[in-house]
Order: sequence, then structure tokens, then C-alpha cells
Amino acid sequence: MPDMPNRPYPAAPQTEQPPHPHAAAASPAQTPPAQQSAEPPEPAATLYPPTRRHIVQGLGTGAAALALGAVAAPSAAQAAADHAPPGTAPSKHPTATQPNAPRFFNPAEFALLSAACERIFPADAQGPGAIALGVPHFIDGQMDTPWGRGELWYMQGPHRTDAPANLGYQLPYSPQQIYKVGLAGVMAWVQQTHQAAFETLAPEVQDSILTALEQNATQFDTLPAATFFEQLRSDTIEGAFADPLHGGNRQMAGWLMMGFPGARGDYMDWVDRYDTPYPYGPVSIAGESAEHG
Amino acid sequence: MAEKTLPPVDVVVVGSGWAGSIMAKELCEAGLSVVMLERGKRRSTARDGAYPSSLDELEGAVRYKLFQNPAQTTVTVRNRSDQEAVPYRRLAAFLPGAGVGGAGLHWTGVHFRAPPQDLRLRSHIIERYGRKFIPEGMNLQDYGVTYTELEPFFDKAEKVFGTSGEAYTVNGKATGKGNVFAPDRSDDFPLPPLRDVYTAHLFRHAATEAGYHPYAMPAANASQPYTNPYGAQMGPCNFCGYCSDYACYMYAKASPNVNIMPALRRHENFTLRSNAHVLKVLLDSTGKKATGVVYQDAEGNHMTQPAGLVILAAFQFHNVHLMLLSGIGKAYDPASNTGTVGRNFTYQNITNSTVWMPPTRSTDQFIGSAGGVAIDDFNSDNFDHGPLGFIGGSPLWVNQAGVKPIAGAKAATPGAPRWGSAWKKAAIDTYRHSFTINAQGSNMAYRDVYLDLDPTWRTSYGQPMLRMTFDWKDNDIRMNRYVISQLANVVKALGAQDAHYGMREPGKPFDVRDYQTTHLCGGAVMGDDPKTSALNRYLQSWDVPNVFVVGANAFPQGMGYNPTGLVAALAYWSAHHIRTQWLKGNGGPLVAL
Repeated sequence: MPDMPNRPYPAAPQTEQPPHPHAAAASPAQTPPAQQSAEPPEPAATLYPPTRRHIVQGLGTGAAALALGAVAAPSAAQAAADHAPPGTAPSKHPTATQPNAPRFFNPAEFALLSAACERIFPADAQGPGAIALGVPHFIDGQMDTPWGRGELWYMQGPHRTDAPANLGYQLPYSPQQIYKVGLAGVMAWVQQTHQAAFETLAPEVQDSILTALEQNATQFDTLPAATFFEQLRSDTIEGAFADPLHGGNRQMAGWLMMGFPGARGDYMDWVDRYDTPYPYGPVSIAGESAEHG
Repeated sequence: MAEKTLPPVDVVVVGSGWAGSIMAKELCEAGLSVVMLERGKRRSTARDGAYPSSLDELEGAVRYKLFQNPAQTTVTVRNRSDQEAVPYRRLAAFLPGAGVGGAGLHWTGVHFRAPPQDLRLRSHIIERYGRKFIPEGMNLQDYGVTYTELEPFFDKAEKVFGTSGEAYTVNGKATGKGNVFAPDRSDDFPLPPLRDVYTAHLFRHAATEAGYHPYAMPAANASQPYTNPYGAQMGPCNFCGYCSDYACYMYAKASPNVNIMPALRRHENFTLRSNAHVLKVLLDSTGKKATGVVYQDAEGNHMTQPAGLVILAAFQFHNVHLMLLSGIGKAYDPASNTGTVGRNFTYQNITNSTVWMPPTRSTDQFIGSAGGVAIDDFNSDNFDHGPLGFIGGSPLWVNQAGVKPIAGAKAATPGAPRWGSAWKKAAIDTYRHSFTINAQGSNMAYRDVYLDLDPTWRTSYGQPMLRMTFDWKDNDIRMNRYVISQLANVVKALGAQDAHYGMREPGKPFDVRDYQTTHLCGGAVMGDDPKTSALNRYLQSWDVPNVFVVGANAFPQGMGYNPTGLVAALAYWSAHHIRTQWLKGNGGPLVAL
């Protein structure tokens, strides 16, 4: 199995969790019992390769080249396949050095992606929407991971795309390709049906288009619209609620909405305070904290 | 790619999960040289369970950090023999592990003994209901081993795992607590039960009010600091809620990595090789004796490891796959119902129901452990099946192992909006005020549900994939629907605001897109008859007596409980008989043919 990207997390500062009576028994610092030292050393090669974030910061325009390489050669298997779908050609990223510029998606794709995410997870009385949470950037970042490249899915043919739906995903597309094909398809479809770009349409119209995608009203090459919609919906949820280190859930606002305490990882003092809502706000893996408003 | 033959050893163990770790420990104790081969990478709690970086839902439960990568090896799936099976390309319905510790690193920790009647289910059903009660096409079988025989090994496993629970009777003496349906025990659990989280507490009281018999679920999560018989130490569970899919940063959840490996590594006669994917078991010219295994290492080299004894202890279906690839035993033929390898493949029949409490009640679902509260009133044969006309049963429980927000938000409420503001509000309310009751039921074995080799797709190692032919059958659908119908009494007593009863729908086929459970069973089952079982009662191949095949592959049918407790007990049982009988004999069968 390919390594998931390892990240050199900063040492977590002490969180602001209030002291509690069982703190001594539950403190992570005291946790690993003696046998921890008996664990064998891990192969050094798998420890903490430089992260993309660091590469971007360190190399500037190098990020664009990295993204190009990732798209141009998603995997040897795909390159060999006759099924290589259209729309996988890399696009220029003239603004890739700007901190908020997407690295995988081009500006037109990113504008559509952002608008669609925002309708799936809108800003409302519950709290911020997908854009404020950084969901489009989260999805952009996920494209350049083993998952985004399709390395965590079995991608070899033959692909029986007419197999019964309950037997699972059978398309030849990686997540990168689902987005490239799906976004290009939606752009062309909306242009044809509405003579406008998706992101310029009124929210109700955007919702009707997303509903049509969800109900599989069309198909983009061999990509069913519903497959694209489900990927988008799933990734939007992940971006809203994954740890902020992945680029979404900014200021842990997704967790604050849900009432999830994040990486606290210790409820020893709260197990049997029945029906008393847990009062503490979330902490992240990097040690950020937030409190309920 | 090079080919190399390594120096011979006494024993090669394929797989480093619970089954492999237990077998390796026992055989090292017997003084044998043991090489353990693990196809995944090295894993340890210190790294894979480090705090806080391991508390990452995206990497742990969504990107499947600790699981098998289908790009390397997967299976094909179909519902019926007249369909073409297609690859299981994305993990979803079941999640086999990869890496040192296997699924034992990322399991939840629910740790049951098997009900005595389940171990001799065919005999039991015939005795109580008559032979005609068994439906046509159901391959109902006994294990060939009894609860009384296995009891010392259940006990040993619990002590190694540091299992928390409450006994009902110990040596026939009632404790006043525990599961009234539980069989007698020779000793109490090594640790007291974990505390009830709020939702489990609600379920306990509602189930009592409904007239059922709730008990604290046995969990291999230490309720207190614990040192096991191997000297391995566990920390106390702090209910962090990162059980299933994660390595436990508290060292509170039992895993091969925490509970056995530290002791195993001290044996000078033990060698662990990771990134070693076993391709096949090698047989001599008679086909009746294994001479070792061949595996592919990280560089793509094919390494031959000669050994006098081969223990297959990979995940359930990998064991069956290796037997088919190696020609150990006769492949099952569903048309004639003959052959044994691939026969009696089963799953677990689980559906989940959601209960919404009033908005004034916070269910704090992120707090969790492998404990919880269960009722067994509708499990196994604890109720009269006569008028019901089906075989099997299901415990009902609240086993809140920590619900994280991505999973919480993705959980679908049938008929409700799936996105937009209305969905968002419902998802948040559901996360804050609901909880889940699981019905984890038995799954019987059927003549046309089986494993064999796929004719079309190959793994990344160039070998034919294993093919699953699986669907839900009438007996199991009716069992599930009956048990779920009994849940209404509990929901009423809960004072719930709303409930969604998850149950099997007749005509709806097995769907690989929805996570259900990784409790796959059978395919190379144990038993007393070599015509219907691939293994004898000691998990020894009937056909190649220096091969033992240890795991849930040995279960003749799927039970309502989680399989790990029985897998561990069967491993100790098998190892005991290898040590006390097989090693002292001529290497032949432990049960005469």
C-alpha cells in the first residue's frame, strides 16, 4: 500500500481543556506504557517526506510543475489503458504562487467547483458554508494525494460500466479524472441549457442543476452525472468536517456547528455525566482551539 | 526480479493479525523457529496510533490508512452464479486490514465467546426443531468442537486481550450481573466492564423496561491499567472514540501489536518479515505435504521460504484464496455441492437503526469505546424459532465506538434531503441528538454462496482474483426483520422522538457500496466430515496435514457475535493440539480419515 502523505505535525501545545479529576490517569503524555520502547524502529524512508505545503512555500512556482506531473501521469496503469478519458490534460496555473490559488483546478473549474460546493453546503443560520470553510481548497489539495491519483482504487480493466449498480464503482476514472471530466461536462451542459456559467446563476437555478445531476439527468463522456455529483457531495462533507490540517474546516467552524470536540481524545471525565451536553469547544491536531460562540 | 531460496525454518506463519500472532507465540514457546510473513508494512501503536496525529478521521476512516489497498489485491463480487463478477474497486462494504497487526490493529475490540449451541448448530437445530426445519439449499453444519472444549482457550484469550466485561456465572455460581444467556465460565473477566456511555445507559434502561435482559458488552478495551500474561501493558480506555479504523493511542484497545508482539519479539527463534506477500504454498510431488511458501518481497523478488509446518493465518478470504491458488483441498463446486475450499462462505447480517431523542437531549456520540449495552433475547437460539420458521438470530446493542463528524454527516436518513440547508440542519440535529442501535445478525451458509477463482481479473501480483458469489437469502432476511420488529418496544421505552428502523428489504441484493462489516466468515470451514469441511476440528487441512488454516474462514456459518473472540480461542485450541499432539507424532492427520 502506498504511503499516505505523512505530515510533520508541529508539537501539539497543551490544549485549553479545563482540568478534570481524572486528568492524571488520562493524560496522553502518560499514556504509552513501557513496551512502547520495545517497538522496533520504523524504516527511515517512510518518515515524514516533505509535504506539498512545504514544497509550495519553498519552491514557489515549483508547485505548478508538481501539479502538472501529477495530472500528466496519474498512474502507469491509466496511461496504458485505452480508456483514458478526455479532459485529463493539465492546464496552466498562472496564479499558482498566490496563497489562495488552486493548484489542480484552473480558475474556471475552481469557480464552478466553489459555487457547487456552496449550494451543497450553504452558508445559513447553522453556520458558514463550504467556501468560508475552505472546502474547495480542501478538494483541490486532495487531488494531489495517492487517493486523488486513483492509487487507492483498483483501476485495472476491463471496466464493466454496465454492471449492476450494487456491485460498485466500475468506471476507469480516478478522482482527478472524475473532476476534470465532470467539471468540463457541467460547464458545457450549463452553457448549453442556460447560456451562462454555473456560478453566475441564481441559487435556485444552481440547485435545480445540481438536482438534475443528482438524478443522473445526463452523462459526460462515460461519466454519469450522478457519479460526479456523489463524488462532489462526499468530498464537500469531508472538507467541511476533516481536521483543518487538510485545508477545510477553517477555524474548526465545521466542528463547532456539529458539536464535535475534534482531537481532544479524552472523555474520561465525561462518560457518565448523562444528558449534560459536552461543554468544551474543539481542538485540532495542530493544537488550535475554538470555543462555542 | 530475482528468485531466491532462504534457509529452512520449522514454521512459516502467513499473516500477522490475531490468528498469526497467537500461533507464532505458541509455536515459539514450543521452541520452534518461526518466520512470520506479513504482506503489509510494519506498524506500531507508537507511530500509527500517535497522539494527536492519529485522531484524523479523513486519513483513518475515509482514506483507510490501515487497510488493504484494492490497487494491490482485491476480490470480484457478484450476487448470483449466472452473473459476471466485477472487481471490488473501492473499499466500502468490508475493510480488510494490511500491515503488522492486521485487522487486529484497527478493529473496535468487541470480544465475545461463541454461544455453545452455535458451535453445534446443525445438531442443535435438528434436536430442537427436527431435520425438516433446515431449509433446502442451506449447508448448516457443526464446528466439530464444543464450547466445553474451547472454554479454557476463550479464557486464555480474554486474559491476553485484557478484556473488560461482566460474567453471568463463574463455575456455575451466579454473580448477579451479566448476560443471562451467556454460557458458564471458568473465571471472571480479567477486568470489570467499561462504564456505560449515555446512549448505552438509555438503552439499558429502556431494554429493561421492555422486559429484556441488557448486559455490558465484553470489550477488549482495558477499563483499568492492565498487564497481560505476556507482560504486555495496556493503558485505561479514556473513551476517546477512535476505536474502529484506528490504532488506539491509549494502548487501551487490545491489538497484536500491543498485547503479543512485544513478547513475541523477545523470542530469538522469531522473525517477522513485512512487505512479504505470500503467493502460494508449495507442495511436494505427492501434493500431500507442504514444503514451504513462496512470497514476493517489496522489491518484487520471489522468495522461497522452506518450512516443515505452514500456518495460514491471513484474513478469512486470503486464507481461502491461498488454498485455491496452492491446490490445497478440493475446490467447491456449487452444482454438485461437493468439494470444500470455497464452501460455506458467509458474512454477517447487520442493519442499523437510528433513534432521535428530543432536541433537549444531547447524545454526545463522539464519546465512545468498544463497550456498550446489548440484549441477547433474540440472538442465537435464545428464543423459540418454531413458530417463526427461520434459523439464526441477532443481538441488539448500542456499541458507540465514537461517531466522528464526516461519518455522522454522511449517514443517510432515507427520504430526507441529502444536501443544502435542510440537509445541513438535519445532519447537525441528528449528530447531536440521535444514536444508533445495531442488529448484528447471523448469516447462514447456502449451497450457492461461495468463493472461487475469478476467470478474468488478476491482482497486481498477476494471480487470479478471488471471486465472491454472495446474496442475502430469505431465511436471513426474515430473521433480521423479525428481530428489528422487536426493537419497537425498546424505542417506545426510550421516549424517543423519532426512529428509523434499518432492516433488510426482500429482493434488495447485497450491495458492496455500503459499509456493513468486515466480519466475513467461512470458505474453508472446520468440521468432522472431510466431505463438507476443508479442515478438521483442529483447523488442520484434511488434505495436507502440515498445513493449519486459522481464522474466521473456519466458521461453518456466521454467528450474531463479532468473530474475533472465537478466532482467538480457535487459534489457541489449534496451537495447543499442535504442541501436545502433532509435534509428537509423525506429522500426519490429527483426526484419522
